[in-house]
Amino acid sequence: MSYTRRGFLKLTGAGVACLSLSQLGFDLTEARAYATSLKTKGAKEVITICPFCSVSCHIIAHVRDGKLISTEGDPDFPINEGALCAKGAALLSMSRNEHRIKKPLYRAPYSEKWEEKDWDWVLSKIARRVKDTRDKELIEKNDKGQTVNRLDSMFLLGTSHASNEECALIHQAMRGLGVVHMDHQARI
Amino acid sequence: MTNHWIDIKNADSILIIGSNAAEHHPVSFKWVLRAKDAGATVMHVDPKFSRTSARSDFHVPIRSGTDIAFMGGMINYVLENGRYYKDYVVDYTNASYIVSEGFEFNDGLFSGYDPKSRTYDQSSWKFDLDSKGVPKKDPSLKHPRCVFNLLKKHFSRYNIENVSSVTGVSKDNLQKVYSTFSSTGTPDKAGTIMYALGWTQHTVGVQNIRSAAILQLLLGNIGVAGGGINALRGEPNVQGSTDHTLLYHIIPGYMAMPRADWQTYDAYNKANTPVSTDPHSANWWQHKPKYFTSLLKGWYGENATAKNGYCYGLLPKIEKGADHSYMFLFDRMYNNEITGGFIIGLNPMNSVPNSNKVRKALDNLDWLVTQELHHSETTDNWHRPGVDPKKVKTEVFLLPSAHRVEKEGTVTNSGRWLGWHDKAIEPEADARSFGAAFVPMMNEVRALYKEEGGKLPEAITLLNWPKTYNPEYWTRLINGQFTKDTVVKGTKYKKGQQVPSFTALSDDGSTMSLNWLYTGSYTEEGGNKAKRRNPQQTKMQANIGLYPNWAWCWPVNRRILYNRASVNADGMPLNPKKAVIKWDGKKWVGDVPDGGWKPLSSGKGKHPFIMSKHGHGQIFGPGRKDGPIPEHYEPVETPIDSHPFSKQLSSPVYKFVDSSMDKLAKPADPNFPIVLTTYSLTEHWCGGGETRNVPNLLEAEPQLYVEMSPELAEEKGIANGDGVIVESIRGKVEAIAMVTVRMRPLKVKGKTVHLVGMPFCFGWTTPGTGDSTNRLTPSVGDPNTTIPEYKASCVNIRKADKLTEIEM
Repeated sequence: MSYTRRGFLKLTGAGVACLSLSQLGFDLTEARAYATSLKTKGAKEVITICPFCSVSCHIIAHVRDGKLISTEGDPDFPINEGALCAKGAALLSMSRNEHRIKKPLYRAPYSEKWEEKDWDWVLSKIARRVKDTRDKELIEKNDKGQTVNRLDSMFLLGTSHASNEECALIHQAMRGLGVVHMDHQARI
Repeated sequence: MTNHWIDIKNADSILIIGSNAAEHHPVSFKWVLRAKDAGATVMHVDPKFSRTSARSDFHVPIRSGTDIAFMGGMINYVLENGRYYKDYVVDYTNASYIVSEGFEFNDGLFSGYDPKSRTYDQSSWKFDLDSKGVPKKDPSLKHPRCVFNLLKKHFSRYNIENVSSVTGVSKDNLQKVYSTFSSTGTPDKAGTIMYALGWTQHTVGVQNIRSAAILQLLLGNIGVAGGGINALRGEPNVQGSTDHTLLYHIIPGYMAMPRADWQTYDAYNKANTPVSTDPHSANWWQHKPKYFTSLLKGWYGENATAKNGYCYGLLPKIEKGADHSYMFLFDRMYNNEITGGFIIGLNPMNSVPNSNKVRKALDNLDWLVTQELHHSETTDNWHRPGVDPKKVKTEVFLLPSAHRVEKEGTVTNSGRWLGWHDKAIEPEADARSFGAAFVPMMNEVRALYKEEGGKLPEAITLLNWPKTYNPEYWTRLINGQFTKDTVVKGTKYKKGQQVPSFTALSDDGSTMSLNWLYTGSYTEEGGNKAKRRNPQQTKMQANIGLYPNWAWCWPVNRRILYNRASVNADGMPLNPKKAVIKWDGKKWVGDVPDGGWKPLSSGKGKHPFIMSKHGHGQIFGPGRKDGPIPEHYEPVETPIDSHPFSKQLSSPVYKFVDSSMDKLAKPADPNFPIVLTTYSLTEHWCGGGETRNVPNLLEAEPQLYVEMSPELAEEKGIANGDGVIVESIRGKVEAIAMVTVRMRPLKVKGKTVHLVGMPFCFGWTTPGTGDSTNRLTPSVGDPNTTIPEYKASCVNIRKADKLTEIEM
């Protein structure tokens, strides 16, 4: 058989179980014809990685007209070989989800509700809180007179959901601000 | 993991302890089953019978929190019955080192204990050195104070009787596991140990893992295919977030956080750079100043110069021994010492112990910034049940987060493989990635400091910081770049070009890198190697499934750590059938070796454990806060009131916080006689904040339950499906009773001890599903890591008249 596993799956769209069928000598013409009518027809394939646990199963996201229409395990990735668990298999419903938060929300002190805001408004407000807290509470020297430049009263918690790039930049930003209370799921 | 997911298939014996691998890492479990198909024995040691047990050769029920007793029993069995791999032990571990006279262990305490501060002075935990400063050794292993004999003496108390009595494991089961797993103490067999949070979440978590390290070194199972100690890390990018360090105590690349007593750049380097005088010890951390300087250059760019100590003076410095982890943060918050902060992609109001306290603590903040996909118990804490929002002062920002499919970047899996994920679609509505929120937020702060001045503005304004967030810009910086034109081994690199390997990083300011471990992942020659999808491998590599051309793996694409321990002094594989590396007379073939030096017999080689100062595997490990050798201590809350073979009941150095809400049940407290252990589910992730919002996952696992044995159910008059109240000294939780033989009562010191188990992923923002299980668990933690003891606490259970948190 000259098919690569991935090429074969593309043709049949029917999963690993079919491999044995072809090996047993089944004619694949019909399966191929069926494949052309699949819902992923014409969709762009994008490699993504499951956002849960540390196996990092690779997933193929099918995108058409800028919309995610299907996700499936990447059969070429040597670790998951196309398989996904319940969480990985739910990637599509996880990203297209009515519970998603769509806009920045703000809850004023003592308020009973959220208010929708835009990003510029929240970012400038947050920057103000950060600066005011830091200017007021940065500890430049400890009791022994040693320089410590530490902002004990501010913290950052999270997250293993961040990419390596995001972790690197968040760490750098926090140390720049003087933050030392920093923790995330690695300690859970 | 010392090894990687696929490598599990190479094992002859698999011990899964402190993990429910089949349910928590379901896809990876195929590699366990593949080993089993090839004849490996799979054993599951766990309080609960689960799907992992069902697919194992046998399940061994154990009382939660007694793993060191279990493992110590195996170490004793190996030593007493000569089941260790002698050449490996002598040549590659510190078993032959002579321990100095001052070191002692008596009545459960190591030398140097100070009861007032509850800490050890570790200065007596050391080796005798020769005139050159190299540890003295006795390769015959006869010296009474060599590590091997001290180990033998220490674990002689861990006989089958004692171990069975404390763990609740039958003697037959102990014999069965010990004999099967120790059969891998030969060159042609490998055994692997797979653990997860079931081992780390104890006040003795680090020593659980140390017990595995000792056992695996004795059996010669480190560095070989199918061996190793494999942490099944449970979170999406938790390997990467640890490497790049969203943690208080280290900075990226596993270097210490600057401390107040290291006031200058030079003082930091002096205190943190080990020196070895043994010409055969690679002592890899001798290069630390190169990595540290490159990191500072990454953070402060051209502003970091040799003259200003690369801006070291601007960084925050923690006090020696200070703890800034969750447990202490929330305690300080409870005591009104914290003003504001960020909680992103995390639900600590559900996932941190003693939820009743931490939920109250959060009310004391002036401001809180959160960024999530959905509302969670943390973002919405201000209107939780029983609280009047009109009395909560906290100003809360909730930023909409982009989902994985909506962003690009790299993540690192448990086997240290670096993977690139592309952006499939634009973020939903106004959602943004963390990067696209934090980069502009910091630019706003920088602009304010430039306009207004303020305290220590240069720590912020001098940062090397871009205008907008571009993930691949950071991927390149993580690898590192030259800051001036440089020649490396005859190749010219221009300023701004990628550094080819961490061996080219420098402490003279000519290189920058945000993480030395990742240098080599994105080079001029190879591009962004996280994107590699090439299945090609040599026959030798394919034999053990190394996949060296698929993605990239830290360090330097080495797939199996400490692999120089898989060959003899001539560089020949100890197990030729599953060779990892091999010296072909001119070069190493197979995996990337742990350093390219010639084999040891050439006289120019190095000992295999290159990250430890003296180059040997550390059976005696003097660096830990609670002892150089593991000792069984009871969980802080325990159903027994005396230790069967020591006078020290619980760890003498475990960490805790103290407030009116931090009560602990006393040992063998009759009000709380049942052991509680907590765990995750396949369908929900961690505190459940995300997965509860996915209908198909919530349908599969819809509400909080408590698993208990039929014997306990009968004793308490509870039927399967009843609503029950589970109660600890700190709080109460409603759950549905799941009566099952998966939980077994255990005989511990002659009396019956019951265990119950609960997931912790349900919360009040998903109505009717139940609320935080962690209202029951205590804020006590491991002295090395401060990881809390989620896995063993004491509770009681009764039938509920009526449920308010769960819809029946």
